Amino acid sequence: MTLTATLPARVLVTKIGLDGHDRGSRIVAAYLRDAGMEVIYTDPWQKIEAVVALALQEDVDVIGISSLATDHLLVPKLVAALDGAGLGHVRVIVGGIVPDDEEAALLKAGVAQVFHPGAAREEIVDAVAKLARDATANRPED
Amino acid sequence: MNKIDTQKPVQGEDRAAASKEWQQGYQAQVRTDKTIRNRSGLEIQPLYWPEPGSDPDYDTKLGFPGAGPMTRGIYPSMHRGRTWTQRQLIGLGRPEDFNGRIKKILKSGASALSIIPCNSVYRGIDADEVEPELLGTCGTVINTVEDMGVSLADIPIGEISIGLNDPNPFTMLAQLLVVAEQRDVPWTKITGTSNQSDYISHFVANHMFYRLSLTGARRVQLDAIEWLAENVPNWNPLSVVGQHMQQAGANPAQAMGLTLSSAIQYAEDCVARGMDPNKFLERFTFFFDISISFFEEVAKFRAGRRIWARLVEERFGATNPRAKRFKFHAQTSGVDLTRQQPLNNVSRVAVQAMAGILGGLQSLHTDGYDEVFTTPTEGPAKVAIATQNILKHEAGLCDVIDPLGGSYYVETLTDQMEAEILRVMAQIDAQGGMFKAVENGFVQKAIGESALAFQDAVDTGEQIVVGVNAYQDEGIDTAPPAIDRPDAAWMQGQIDRLGAYKAARDQASVADALNTLRETARSERENTFGAIVDATRAGATQGEIIALLRDELGFGRPLVVA
Repeated sequence: MTLTATLPARVLVTKIGLDGHDRGSRIVAAYLRDAGMEVIYTDPWQKIEAVVALALQEDVDVIGISSLATDHLLVPKLVAALDGAGLGHVRVIVGGIVPDDEEAALLKAGVAQVFHPGAAREEIVDAVAKLARDATANRPED
Repeated sequence: MNKIDTQKPVQGEDRAAASKEWQQGYQAQVRTDKTIRNRSGLEIQPLYWPEPGSDPDYDTKLGFPGAGPMTRGIYPSMHRGRTWTQRQLIGLGRPEDFNGRIKKILKSGASALSIIPCNSVYRGIDADEVEPELLGTCGTVINTVEDMGVSLADIPIGEISIGLNDPNPFTMLAQLLVVAEQRDVPWTKITGTSNQSDYISHFVANHMFYRLSLTGARRVQLDAIEWLAENVPNWNPLSVVGQHMQQAGANPAQAMGLTLSSAIQYAEDCVARGMDPNKFLERFTFFFDISISFFEEVAKFRAGRRIWARLVEERFGATNPRAKRFKFHAQTSGVDLTRQQPLNNVSRVAVQAMAGILGGLQSLHTDGYDEVFTTPTEGPAKVAIATQNILKHEAGLCDVIDPLGGSYYVETLTDQMEAEILRVMAQIDAQGGMFKAVENGFVQKAIGESALAFQDAVDTGEQIVVGVNAYQDEGIDTAPPAIDRPDAAWMQGQIDRLGAYKAARDQASVADALNTLRETARSERENTFGAIVDATRAGATQGEIIALLRDELGFGRPLVVA
């Protein structure tokens, strides 16, 4: 077992685009923090480049994007930008109001999982823990 | 805060005289002797109250609608005289798309209109600077006077109440006023409300509406209230919002208490500017969430109304009875709606709406059942309006004023909610008022804790949510409604229109007007709102005006306590 595998998962919880509804992102951030993870939480309306820079700087395993309006439509661009920055191992999840057909498009674009209203604490924490382990396993050698 | 004396008789002891006074007020508003009968043929009176001599608390705690403690309603006739305003919030796509849709909605029974701008407008960004995927997906793209004119084409703007979701610095209102000038409609005829004008709430919850720093917003807000009182006297410049707070997790009593504390803050700020409470308080309005906790919501509204009527008199010395009227718009709670078994949301919305109606609201927005999937689409939006019409015409909810008044349960609960609301308000007073309690994060923290506690109750099953943590497999259709997204090409025309508008305007006038606005903002004494209207008339876009004010007055960001 490598050293990194024993460190707590590092998760960036943020919002991109134009909307600011943050009840969900704040609750999820609290869930993950309570579960012992390192949570980096930001203001809403982050630019994609800013999220990538923060992911790099904070060395995160998972990025959680909360979308209550239509901001998830930008997530494919985020996934591509992460790949371009050598952060292909970072797992991206989306939570919020996401229509079914757009969920399919997000998964196709490389999003690991989409959470809908009603998702339980345990379900979210377990999924993020597993994705963080995946990210660690796929992390490129320095 | 000054303690509110709940024992003080407000109405006087003479119930017979008070009822006579009410009767006169009622008849002046209703003007018809038409008898209402139920299906069994029994006559339904507009109001029921205890005989003189019985129930000694009645006069001090409840009284008659439109007078005294106001618990039973703010007008003598309430919904029997004039039903609530059906104000559906819509906004989508380009200005012409909004215009087409609002005409249909007005035909289907809505009696007022509301404009929801694109989220890019909330952010103070023009169409040419937005990621094209997002443009027009949540509201209408309105950047200029021209856009506002197209949105309101063929709408008689001097004859219909207009709600603008227009956080300060109120650029949409400035556009509306210029459109009125172009159509020769005097500003005195423009009626409506600046919704989302409660900047304090924007720093508490739903971080999506503010553009300026907390202190910058405070200054611009007061400028607008002062300027509008002079120039657009029938416009309500302030809608104090409890809806964000409750949607973000505050419980109903907390949301009401925090909202009243915000109203106190605004009123104190206006008084500090030398404004007269008898005048400005008359134009304060409120906006609340209605959750599905039926009796709690009814009691919340009744208690809020009672506190406001007292507070206006005892804390601000206002004697104008109109200032005591707790006028509110309410929206059914989106947070209560579920993605699972979405048609169940129609029932939820109906129950929420009933709570608001029986709580005595003046204006109502019912959510579409697809709100958990998307911004409401046309079919579900129509069902939401039909729900209001069913409650109005089939269920008989307008027949009797405050029909739950006098119920042992509802009156006890109203008293308890009042005490809890006053407790929350005392906490805010102890922080030094709402402005400070938000600046230091106290309010955000309290709401965050409440949100988490509710979510825990759902997670543990203590709070049952049908289709989510119980009754999941009842074979109810869970197919989501169809969603239309504008394609990027569809919005190109709007971006081009903005480009053409900017190219065609008199650039020197725009530069002059923006310069004046900048100087006004710097002067600290001049009123910014008049300069905003002038800049808008000269052709400045909302993005240009907001960018300039951010530059001068500071940029808003959430004061988050995560």
